[in-house]
Amino acid sequence: MSQIIHRVRLLLVVMAVLIGSLGLSGCGINNIPTYEEQAKAAWSQVLNQYQRRAELIPNLVETVKGFAAQEEKVLKEVVEARSKATSIQVPADILTNPKAFEQFQKAQNALSSALGRLIAVSERYPDLKSSQNFLTLQTQLEGTENRIAVARRDYIQAVRAYNTELKTIPGRWWRSLMYPESEPMERFTIEPEKTKSPEVKF
Amino acid sequence: MGVRAVRFISVGFVKGAAVGCLFWLAVFALGCSLIISEAALLRAAGDKSADLINQNDTPIDIKAVTQAQAGFPALTGRVVDAANILSPQDEAELTEILQKLEGRSTDQIVVVTVPSLNGISIDDYGNRLGRHWGIGQAGKDNGVLLIVAPQQRRVRIEVGYGLEGVLPDALAGLIVQRRILPFFKRGDLVGGIKAGVNDIRDTLLGDAEEVKLRSRRTENSIEPWLPFIFLAFWIVPFVYFISSLNRDRRVSGRVPGGVVILPTDFGAAHDQWRGPGGFSRNSGGFGGGFSGGGGSFGGGGASGGW
Repeated sequence: MSQIIHRVRLLLVVMAVLIGSLGLSGCGINNIPTYEEQAKAAWSQVLNQYQRRAELIPNLVETVKGFAAQEEKVLKEVVEARSKATSIQVPADILTNPKAFEQFQKAQNALSSALGRLIAVSERYPDLKSSQNFLTLQTQLEGTENRIAVARRDYIQAVRAYNTELKTIPGRWWRSLMYPESEPMERFTIEPEKTKSPEVKF
Repeated sequence: MGVRAVRFISVGFVKGAAVGCLFWLAVFALGCSLIISEAALLRAAGDKSADLINQNDTPIDIKAVTQAQAGFPALTGRVVDAANILSPQDEAELTEILQKLEGRSTDQIVVVTVPSLNGISIDDYGNRLGRHWGIGQAGKDNGVLLIVAPQQRRVRIEVGYGLEGVLPDALAGLIVQRRILPFFKRGDLVGGIKAGVNDIRDTLLGDAEEVKLRSRRTENSIEPWLPFIFLAFWIVPFVYFISSLNRDRRVSGRVPGGVVILPTDFGAAHDQWRGPGGFSRNSGGFGGGFSGGGGSFGGGGASGGW
Protein backbone atom coordinates (compact mmCIF):
# COMPACT_ATOMS: atom_id res chain seq x y z
CA MET A 1 0.00 0.00 0.00
CA SER A 2 2.79 2.37 0.88
CA GLN A 3 4.23 1.55 -2.55
CA ILE A 4 1.11 2.86 -4.19
CA ILE A 5 1.18 6.03 -2.16
CA HIS A 6 4.82 6.44 -3.08
CA ARG A 7 4.03 6.12 -6.77
CA VAL A 8 1.11 8.50 -6.56
CA ARG A 9 3.39 11.03 -4.96
CA LEU A 10 5.88 10.45 -7.78
CA LEU A 11 3.20 11.10 -10.35
CA LEU A 12 2.31 14.32 -8.59
CA VAL A 13 5.93 15.44 -8.78
CA VAL A 14 5.98 14.63 -12.49
CA MET A 15 2.80 16.62 -12.98
CA ALA A 16 4.28 19.55 -11.10
CA VAL A 17 7.38 19.50 -13.31
CA LEU A 18 5.20 19.37 -16.40
CA ILE A 19 2.90 22.13 -15.38
CA GLY A 20 5.82 24.21 -14.21
CA SER A 21 7.65 23.98 -17.54
CA LEU A 22 4.45 24.51 -19.47
CA GLY A 23 3.65 27.53 -17.37
CA LEU A 24 7.07 29.07 -17.80
CA SER A 25 7.15 28.74 -21.55
CA GLY A 26 3.50 29.71 -21.73
CA CYS A 27 4.44 32.94 -20.03
CA GLY A 28 6.81 33.65 -22.88
CA ILE A 29 10.15 33.18 -21.19
CA ASN A 30 11.58 32.26 -24.58
CA ASN A 31 9.95 34.97 -26.61
CA ILE A 32 12.54 37.70 -26.40
CA PRO A 33 15.51 35.62 -27.59
CA THR A 34 13.33 33.93 -30.20
CA TYR A 35 12.13 37.19 -31.70
CA GLU A 36 15.57 38.69 -31.41
CA GLU A 37 17.09 35.91 -33.45
CA GLN A 38 14.34 36.17 -36.03
CA ALA A 39 14.90 39.88 -36.42
CA LYS A 40 18.65 39.37 -36.74
CA ALA A 41 18.15 36.70 -39.38
CA ALA A 42 15.83 39.01 -41.29
CA TRP A 43 18.46 41.72 -41.10
CA SER A 44 21.11 39.39 -42.51
CA GLN A 45 18.80 38.77 -45.42
CA VAL A 46 18.52 42.53 -46.01
CA LEU A 47 22.32 42.89 -46.00
CA ASN A 48 22.61 39.89 -48.25
CA GLN A 49 20.31 41.39 -50.87
CA TYR A 50 22.02 44.78 -50.76
CA GLN A 51 25.31 42.99 -51.26
CA ARG A 52 23.89 41.17 -54.24
CA ARG A 53 22.81 44.44 -55.78
CA ALA A 54 26.24 45.97 -55.27
CA GLU A 55 27.80 43.00 -57.05
CA LEU A 56 25.55 43.47 -60.08
CA ILE A 57 26.41 47.11 -60.61
CA PRO A 58 29.93 46.92 -62.16
CA ASN A 59 28.61 44.70 -64.95
CA LEU A 60 25.66 46.97 -65.53
CA VAL A 61 27.84 50.06 -65.66
CA GLU A 62 30.19 48.40 -68.14
CA THR A 63 27.34 47.39 -70.41
CA VAL A 64 25.75 50.83 -70.39
CA LYS A 65 29.14 52.40 -71.04
CA GLY A 66 29.47 50.32 -74.17
CA PHE A 67 26.38 51.86 -75.70
CA ALA A 68 26.03 55.21 -74.00
CA ALA A 69 29.46 56.42 -72.98
CA GLN A 70 28.28 60.02 -73.21
CA GLU A 71 26.06 59.55 -70.16
CA GLU A 72 29.13 60.03 -68.06
CA LYS A 73 27.44 62.00 -65.32
CA VAL A 74 24.85 59.38 -64.51
CA LEU A 75 27.37 56.56 -64.72
CA LYS A 76 29.71 58.37 -62.39
CA GLU A 77 26.92 58.96 -59.93
CA VAL A 78 26.13 55.27 -59.82
CA VAL A 79 29.73 54.26 -59.32
CA GLU A 80 30.17 56.81 -56.56
CA ALA A 81 26.98 55.88 -54.80
CA ARG A 82 27.98 52.25 -54.97
CA SER A 83 31.41 52.79 -53.50
CA LYS A 84 29.87 54.93 -50.78
CA ALA A 85 27.30 52.28 -49.95
CA THR A 86 29.81 49.43 -49.92
CA SER A 87 32.48 51.33 -48.01
CA ILE A 88 30.21 51.93 -45.05
CA GLN A 89 31.41 49.87 -42.13
CA VAL A 90 28.35 48.19 -40.71
CA PRO A 91 28.93 48.28 -36.96
CA ALA A 92 27.91 45.25 -34.94
CA ASP A 93 25.33 47.25 -33.04
CA ILE A 94 23.75 48.82 -36.11
CA LEU A 95 20.30 47.49 -35.26
CA THR A 96 20.20 49.32 -31.96
CA ASN A 97 22.18 52.34 -33.09
CA PRO A 98 19.84 54.87 -34.78
CA LYS A 99 22.66 56.96 -36.23
CA ALA A 100 24.51 54.13 -37.91
CA PHE A 101 21.24 52.69 -39.13
CA GLU A 102 20.18 55.97 -40.68
CA GLN A 103 23.54 56.39 -42.34
CA PHE A 104 23.33 52.93 -43.83
CA GLN A 105 19.83 53.52 -45.05
CA LYS A 106 20.77 56.87 -46.60
CA ALA A 107 23.68 55.39 -48.53
CA GLN A 108 21.56 52.55 -49.88
CA ASN A 109 18.76 54.92 -50.83
CA ALA A 110 21.21 57.15 -52.67
CA LEU A 111 22.37 54.12 -54.64
CA SER A 112 18.76 53.20 -55.38
CA SER A 113 17.97 56.58 -56.86
CA ALA A 114 21.22 56.72 -58.85
CA LEU A 115 20.38 53.32 -60.31
CA GLY A 116 16.87 54.50 -61.09
CA ARG A 117 18.32 57.41 -63.07
CA LEU A 118 20.68 55.09 -64.92
CA ILE A 119 17.82 52.81 -65.97
CA ALA A 120 15.74 55.82 -67.00
CA VAL A 121 18.58 57.18 -69.12
CA SER A 122 19.06 53.76 -70.75
CA GLU A 123 15.57 54.04 -72.19
CA ARG A 124 16.94 56.58 -74.65
CA TYR A 125 19.25 54.08 -76.31
CA PRO A 126 17.37 51.51 -78.39
CA ASP A 127 20.52 49.51 -79.12
CA LEU A 128 21.32 49.25 -75.45
CA LYS A 129 17.74 48.41 -74.56
CA SER A 130 17.58 45.55 -77.01
CA SER A 131 20.99 44.12 -76.16
CA GLN A 132 20.73 40.71 -74.56
CA ASN A 133 23.31 41.54 -71.95
CA PHE A 134 21.51 44.64 -70.79
CA LEU A 135 18.16 42.88 -70.74
CA THR A 136 19.55 40.14 -68.52
CA LEU A 137 21.23 42.60 -66.20
CA GLN A 138 18.11 44.70 -65.99
CA THR A 139 16.01 41.66 -65.09
CA GLN A 140 18.51 40.70 -62.41
CA LEU A 141 18.58 44.21 -61.05
CA GLU A 142 14.79 44.37 -60.93
CA GLY A 143 14.72 41.00 -59.21
CA THR A 144 17.25 42.16 -56.66
CA GLU A 145 15.39 45.38 -55.98
CA ASN A 146 12.28 43.33 -55.46
CA ARG A 147 14.09 40.98 -53.09
CA ILE A 148 15.40 43.95 -51.18
CA ALA A 149 11.86 45.22 -50.79
CA VAL A 150 10.70 41.82 -49.54
CA ALA A 151 13.65 41.43 -47.18
CA ARG A 152 13.03 44.87 -45.74
CA ARG A 153 9.37 44.10 -45.26
CA ASP A 154 10.24 40.87 -43.47
CA TYR A 155 12.73 42.68 -41.31
CA ILE A 156 10.21 45.34 -40.36
CA GLN A 157 7.78 42.61 -39.44
CA ALA A 158 10.32 40.72 -37.32
CA VAL A 159 11.41 43.88 -35.53
CA ARG A 160 7.81 44.80 -34.93
CA ALA A 161 7.18 41.52 -33.13
CA TYR A 162 10.41 41.85 -31.15
CA ASN A 163 9.92 45.48 -30.13
CA THR A 164 6.35 44.80 -29.13
CA GLU A 165 7.49 41.88 -27.01
CA LEU A 166 9.99 44.13 -25.23
CA LYS A 167 7.38 46.75 -24.49
CA THR A 168 4.32 44.71 -23.59
CA ILE A 169 3.75 43.14 -20.24
CA PRO A 170 5.05 39.65 -19.85
CA GLY A 171 7.96 40.43 -22.17
CA ARG A 172 8.77 43.59 -20.27
CA TRP A 173 9.07 41.64 -17.05
CA TRP A 174 11.18 38.91 -18.61
CA ARG A 175 13.43 41.56 -20.09
CA SER A 176 14.13 43.23 -16.77
CA LEU A 177 14.49 39.84 -15.11
CA MET A 178 16.53 37.88 -17.65
CA TYR A 179 17.42 39.84 -20.78
CA PRO A 180 18.37 43.35 -19.66
CA GLU A 181 20.79 43.73 -22.58
CA SER A 182 18.05 43.31 -25.21
CA GLU A 183 17.40 46.68 -26.82
CA PRO A 184 14.63 47.64 -29.23
CA MET A 185 15.75 47.57 -32.86
CA GLU A 186 15.60 50.19 -35.60
CA ARG A 187 13.08 50.05 -38.40
CA PHE A 188 13.19 51.09 -42.01
CA THR A 189 11.05 53.77 -43.40
CA ILE A 190 9.87 52.48 -46.74
CA GLU A 191 9.89 54.81 -49.70
CA PRO A 192 6.28 55.04 -50.77
CA GLU A 193 6.98 54.68 -54.50
CA LYS A 194 8.03 51.06 -53.91
CA THR A 195 4.46 49.89 -53.63
CA LYS A 196 2.79 52.07 -56.24
CA SER A 197 1.81 50.28 -59.39
CA PRO A 198 2.82 51.94 -62.62
CA GLU A 199 0.14 54.05 -64.24
CA VAL A 200 -1.16 52.71 -67.51
CA LYS A 201 -1.92 55.33 -70.11
CA PHE A 202 -3.72 54.66 -73.33
CA MET B 1 20.00 -20.24 -0.86
CA GLY B 2 22.00 -17.31 0.41
CA VAL B 3 23.75 -16.90 -2.94
CA ARG B 4 20.45 -16.92 -4.76
CA ALA B 5 19.07 -14.27 -2.47
CA VAL B 6 22.09 -12.07 -3.04
CA ARG B 7 21.83 -12.53 -6.78
CA PHE B 8 18.17 -11.74 -6.69
CA ILE B 9 18.75 -8.61 -4.73
CA SER B 10 21.57 -7.37 -6.96
CA VAL B 11 19.65 -8.09 -10.16
CA GLY B 12 16.66 -6.32 -8.72
CA PHE B 13 18.82 -3.42 -7.70
CA VAL B 14 20.40 -3.01 -11.14
CA LYS B 15 17.06 -3.37 -12.83
CA GLY B 16 15.51 -0.89 -10.47
CA ALA B 17 18.27 1.62 -11.01
CA ALA B 18 18.04 1.24 -14.79
CA VAL B 19 14.30 1.60 -14.79
CA GLY B 20 14.50 4.55 -12.46
CA CYS B 21 17.01 6.24 -14.71
CA LEU B 22 14.85 5.61 -17.73
CA PHE B 23 11.85 6.95 -15.95
CA TRP B 24 13.49 10.18 -14.94
CA LEU B 25 15.05 10.52 -18.35
CA ALA B 26 11.57 10.27 -19.79
CA VAL B 27 10.30 12.88 -17.37
CA PHE B 28 13.18 15.15 -18.22
CA ALA B 29 12.68 14.66 -21.95
CA LEU B 30 9.01 15.31 -21.47
CA GLY B 31 9.73 18.60 -19.79
CA CYS B 32 12.14 19.57 -22.54
CA SER B 33 9.76 18.56 -25.29
CA LEU B 34 7.05 20.61 -23.67
CA ILE B 35 9.22 23.69 -23.62
CA ILE B 36 10.36 23.16 -27.19
CA SER B 37 6.93 22.50 -28.59
CA GLU B 38 5.46 25.35 -26.62
CA ALA B 39 8.08 27.65 -28.07
CA ALA B 40 7.32 26.37 -31.56
CA LEU B 41 3.61 26.87 -31.08
CA LEU B 42 4.14 30.32 -29.68
CA ARG B 43 6.42 31.20 -32.52
CA ALA B 44 3.87 30.03 -35.05
CA ALA B 45 1.17 32.01 -33.29
CA GLY B 46 3.49 35.01 -33.08
CA ASP B 47 4.25 34.81 -36.79
CA LYS B 48 0.58 34.72 -37.59
CA SER B 49 -0.32 37.64 -35.42
CA ALA B 50 2.70 39.58 -36.64
CA ASP B 51 1.59 38.91 -40.18
CA LEU B 52 -1.92 40.06 -39.43
CA ILE B 53 -0.87 43.19 -37.67
CA ASN B 54 1.80 43.98 -40.21
CA GLN B 55 -0.79 44.39 -42.88
CA ASN B 56 -1.95 47.46 -41.05
CA ASP B 57 1.34 48.43 -39.61
CA THR B 58 3.88 48.87 -42.39
CA PRO B 59 4.32 52.53 -43.17
CA ILE B 60 3.64 51.92 -46.83
CA ASP B 61 0.41 52.53 -48.65
CA ILE B 62 -1.63 50.89 -45.91
CA LYS B 63 -4.98 51.05 -47.55
CA ALA B 64 -3.79 49.61 -50.83
CA VAL B 65 -2.06 46.69 -49.15
CA THR B 66 -4.94 45.73 -46.90
CA GLN B 67 -7.31 45.97 -49.81
CA ALA B 68 -5.01 43.87 -51.92
CA GLN B 69 -4.81 41.25 -49.21
CA ALA B 70 -8.55 41.23 -48.83
CA GLY B 71 -9.02 41.01 -52.58
CA PHE B 72 -6.91 37.90 -53.15
CA PRO B 73 -8.80 35.28 -55.11
CA ALA B 74 -9.43 31.96 -53.37
CA LEU B 75 -7.06 29.10 -54.17
CA THR B 76 -9.56 26.92 -55.98
CA GLY B 77 -7.07 24.74 -57.84
CA ARG B 78 -3.82 24.80 -59.74
CA VAL B 79 -5.42 27.20 -62.19
CA VAL B 80 -7.22 30.13 -60.63
CA ASP B 81 -8.91 32.00 -63.43
CA ALA B 82 -10.34 34.95 -61.57
CA ALA B 83 -10.14 37.15 -64.66
CA ASN B 84 -12.07 34.60 -66.70
CA ILE B 85 -9.92 34.23 -69.76
CA LEU B 86 -9.51 30.45 -69.87
CA SER B 87 -12.01 27.93 -71.16
CA PRO B 88 -12.75 24.84 -69.02
CA GLN B 89 -10.74 22.73 -71.48
CA ASP B 90 -7.73 25.02 -71.16
CA GLU B 91 -8.00 24.88 -67.41
CA ALA B 92 -8.20 21.09 -67.41
CA GLU B 93 -5.23 20.85 -69.73
CA LEU B 94 -3.08 23.18 -67.64
CA THR B 95 -4.15 21.50 -64.41
CA GLU B 96 -3.05 18.15 -65.77
CA ILE B 97 0.37 19.47 -66.75
CA LEU B 98 0.85 21.04 -63.35
CA GLN B 99 -0.36 17.99 -61.48
CA LYS B 100 2.08 15.77 -63.34
CA LEU B 101 4.86 18.19 -62.56
CA GLU B 102 4.13 18.06 -58.85
CA GLY B 103 4.02 14.28 -59.06
CA ARG B 104 7.53 14.24 -60.49
CA SER B 105 9.39 16.97 -58.67
CA THR B 106 7.00 18.07 -55.89
CA ASP B 107 7.19 21.60 -57.33
CA GLN B 108 3.91 23.43 -57.21
CA ILE B 109 3.07 25.83 -60.01
CA VAL B 110 -0.13 27.81 -59.88
CA VAL B 111 -1.49 29.81 -62.78
CA VAL B 112 -3.54 32.76 -61.67
CA THR B 113 -5.32 35.43 -63.66
CA VAL B 114 -6.61 38.41 -61.74
CA PRO B 115 -9.07 41.10 -62.78
CA SER B 116 -7.22 43.67 -60.67
CA LEU B 117 -3.97 44.11 -58.78
CA ASN B 118 -5.79 46.24 -56.24
CA GLY B 119 -3.47 49.17 -56.63
CA ILE B 120 -0.12 47.54 -55.80
CA SER B 121 2.62 46.56 -58.22
CA ILE B 122 2.53 43.06 -59.67
CA ASP B 123 5.90 42.28 -58.01
CA ASP B 124 4.49 43.06 -54.59
CA TYR B 125 1.19 41.42 -55.38
CA GLY B 126 2.85 38.21 -56.54
CA ASN B 127 5.00 37.87 -53.46
CA ARG B 128 2.14 38.49 -51.09
CA LEU B 129 -0.21 36.18 -52.93
CA GLY B 130 2.37 33.39 -53.03
CA ARG B 131 2.96 33.65 -49.30
CA HIS B 132 -0.73 34.01 -48.59
CA TRP B 133 -1.49 30.77 -50.42
CA GLY B 134 1.68 29.03 -49.29
CA ILE B 135 2.47 27.60 -52.71
CA GLY B 136 5.33 25.09 -52.70
CA GLN B 137 6.22 22.51 -50.07
CA ALA B 138 7.02 23.70 -46.59
CA GLY B 139 10.76 23.67 -46.07
CA LYS B 140 11.47 23.32 -49.78
CA ASP B 141 9.75 26.53 -50.84
CA ASN B 142 9.46 25.19 -54.36
CA GLY B 143 6.46 27.10 -55.63
CA VAL B 144 6.02 29.16 -58.77
CA LEU B 145 3.20 31.54 -59.61
CA LEU B 146 2.38 32.65 -63.11
CA ILE B 147 0.30 35.76 -62.63
CA VAL B 148 -1.53 37.48 -65.44
CA ALA B 149 -3.34 40.76 -64.95
CA PRO B 150 -5.05 41.42 -68.29
CA GLN B 151 -6.51 44.77 -67.21
CA GLN B 152 -3.14 46.12 -66.16
CA ARG B 153 -1.44 44.33 -69.06
CA ARG B 154 1.15 42.92 -66.67
CA VAL B 155 2.50 39.42 -66.25
CA ARG B 156 4.83 37.97 -63.64
CA ILE B 157 6.58 34.73 -62.85
CA GLU B 158 7.02 34.63 -59.09
CA VAL B 159 9.62 32.10 -57.96
CA GLY B 160 9.82 30.56 -54.49
CA TYR B 161 13.02 30.63 -52.44
CA GLY B 162 13.87 27.03 -53.20
CA LEU B 163 13.67 27.36 -56.98
CA GLU B 164 15.65 30.57 -57.37
CA GLY B 165 18.67 28.49 -58.36
CA VAL B 166 16.83 26.42 -60.97
CA LEU B 167 14.74 29.28 -62.32
CA PRO B 168 16.80 32.42 -61.78
CA ASP B 169 15.46 35.88 -62.52
CA ALA B 170 17.27 36.12 -65.82
CA LEU B 171 15.69 32.90 -67.04
CA ALA B 172 12.25 33.86 -65.77
CA GLY B 173 12.73 37.19 -67.53
CA LEU B 174 13.58 35.41 -70.78
CA ILE B 175 10.47 33.26 -70.55
CA VAL B 176 8.36 36.35 -69.97
CA GLN B 177 9.97 38.44 -72.70
CA ARG B 178 10.58 35.86 -75.39
CA ARG B 179 7.82 33.32 -74.91
CA ILE B 180 4.84 34.83 -73.12
CA LEU B 181 4.81 38.44 -74.27
CA PRO B 182 4.87 37.73 -78.04
CA PHE B 183 1.58 35.83 -77.62
CA PHE B 184 0.13 38.46 -75.33
CA LYS B 185 1.03 41.24 -77.74
CA ARG B 186 -1.00 39.46 -80.39
CA GLY B 187 -3.89 39.26 -77.96
CA ASP B 188 -3.53 35.51 -77.45
CA LEU B 189 -3.59 35.30 -73.66
CA VAL B 190 -4.30 31.58 -73.56
CA GLY B 191 -1.44 30.76 -75.93
CA GLY B 192 0.96 32.87 -73.88
CA ILE B 193 -0.05 31.22 -70.63
CA LYS B 194 0.37 27.75 -72.11
CA ALA B 195 3.74 28.59 -73.59
CA GLY B 196 4.85 30.06 -70.29
CA VAL B 197 3.69 27.06 -68.27
CA ASN B 198 5.40 24.64 -70.66
CA ASP B 199 8.64 26.58 -70.48
CA ILE B 200 8.58 26.84 -66.72
CA ARG B 201 7.91 23.13 -66.46
CA ASP B 202 10.70 22.27 -68.90
CA THR B 203 13.08 24.49 -66.97
CA LEU B 204 12.17 22.92 -63.65
CA LEU B 205 12.53 19.41 -65.05
CA GLY B 206 15.63 20.30 -67.06
CA ASP B 207 18.19 18.62 -64.88
CA ALA B 208 16.94 15.11 -64.17
CA GLU B 209 19.44 14.47 -61.38
CA GLU B 210 18.57 17.69 -59.67
CA VAL B 211 14.87 16.93 -59.96
CA LYS B 212 15.41 13.58 -58.28
CA LEU B 213 17.20 15.24 -55.44
CA ARG B 214 14.60 17.91 -55.11
CA SER B 215 11.73 15.49 -54.96
CA ARG B 216 13.50 13.46 -52.30
CA ARG B 217 14.89 16.17 -50.14
CA THR B 218 12.89 16.05 -46.97
CA GLU B 219 11.74 18.86 -44.87
CA ASN B 220 14.16 19.31 -42.06
CA SER B 221 11.45 19.84 -39.56
CA ILE B 222 10.01 17.92 -36.68
CA GLU B 223 7.09 20.26 -36.40
CA PRO B 224 4.47 17.86 -37.78
CA TRP B 225 5.75 15.34 -35.26
CA LEU B 226 5.47 17.51 -32.22
CA PRO B 227 2.00 16.35 -31.23
CA PHE B 228 3.16 12.74 -31.39
CA ILE B 229 6.25 13.40 -29.35
CA PHE B 230 4.08 15.26 -26.97
CA LEU B 231 1.71 12.35 -26.63
CA ALA B 232 4.46 9.77 -26.42
CA PHE B 233 6.07 11.52 -23.54
CA TRP B 234 2.80 11.88 -21.76
CA ILE B 235 1.84 8.29 -22.28
CA VAL B 236 5.11 6.56 -21.41
CA PRO B 237 5.30 7.61 -17.76
CA PHE B 238 1.59 7.20 -17.39
CA VAL B 239 1.43 3.66 -18.73
CA TYR B 240 4.42 2.96 -16.62
CA PHE B 241 2.72 4.19 -13.55
CA ILE B 242 -0.47 2.23 -14.20
CA SER B 243 1.36 -0.99 -14.98
CA SER B 244 3.46 -0.65 -11.88
CA LEU B 245 0.31 -0.22 -9.83
CA ASN B 246 -1.15 -3.40 -11.31
CA ARG B 247 1.99 -5.35 -10.74
CA ASP B 248 2.20 -4.13 -7.19
CA ARG B 249 -0.99 -5.90 -6.45
CA ARG B 250 0.38 -9.22 -7.68
CA VAL B 251 4.05 -9.24 -6.75
CA SER B 252 4.95 -6.62 -4.26
CA GLY B 253 8.54 -5.45 -4.07
CA ARG B 254 9.37 -6.31 -7.68
CA VAL B 255 10.40 -3.51 -9.96
CA PRO B 256 8.35 -3.46 -13.13
CA GLY B 257 9.86 -3.65 -16.58
CA GLY B 258 8.63 -1.59 -19.44
CA VAL B 259 9.20 -0.66 -23.00
CA VAL B 260 10.13 2.87 -23.83
CA ILE B 261 9.63 3.81 -27.43
CA LEU B 262 11.34 6.97 -28.46
CA PRO B 263 10.73 8.40 -31.89
CA THR B 264 14.00 8.52 -33.81
CA ASP B 265 15.13 9.75 -37.22
CA PHE B 266 12.36 12.15 -37.86
CA GLY B 267 13.29 12.87 -41.44
CA ALA B 268 13.11 9.29 -42.64
CA ALA B 269 10.03 8.47 -40.66
CA HIS B 270 8.35 11.56 -41.94
CA ASP B 271 9.18 10.64 -45.48
CA GLN B 272 7.61 7.25 -45.08
CA TRP B 273 4.67 8.70 -43.36
CA ARG B 274 3.97 11.00 -46.25
CA GLY B 275 4.52 8.14 -48.58
CA PRO B 276 5.54 8.30 -52.20
CA GLY B 277 3.23 10.40 -54.28
CA GLY B 278 1.51 12.19 -51.47
CA PHE B 279 3.32 15.45 -51.56
CA SER B 280 1.73 18.55 -50.31
CA ARG B 281 0.84 18.56 -46.69
CA ASN B 282 -2.81 19.16 -47.29
CA SER B 283 -3.45 17.92 -50.78
CA GLY B 284 -2.40 14.33 -50.20
CA GLY B 285 -5.15 13.11 -52.47
CA PHE B 286 -8.25 13.67 -50.40
CA GLY B 287 -10.96 14.30 -52.93
CA GLY B 288 -8.48 15.78 -55.40
CA GLY B 289 -8.58 19.15 -53.65
CA PHE B 290 -5.54 21.31 -53.99
CA SER B 291 -3.89 23.57 -51.49
CA GLY B 292 -0.51 25.09 -50.95
CA GLY B 293 2.06 23.06 -49.06
CA GLY B 294 3.26 26.01 -47.00
CA GLY B 295 6.14 27.24 -49.15
CA SER B 296 7.44 30.78 -49.03
CA PHE B 297 8.63 33.42 -51.47
CA GLY B 298 11.46 35.90 -51.27
CA GLY B 299 10.78 38.12 -54.25
CA GLY B 300 12.46 36.07 -56.96
CA GLY B 301 11.14 36.05 -60.51
CA ALA B 302 10.54 38.51 -63.30
CA SER B 303 7.74 40.70 -64.60
CA GLY B 304 6.80 42.13 -67.91
CA GLY B 305 4.13 44.25 -69.55
CA TRP B 306 2.58 44.44 -72.98
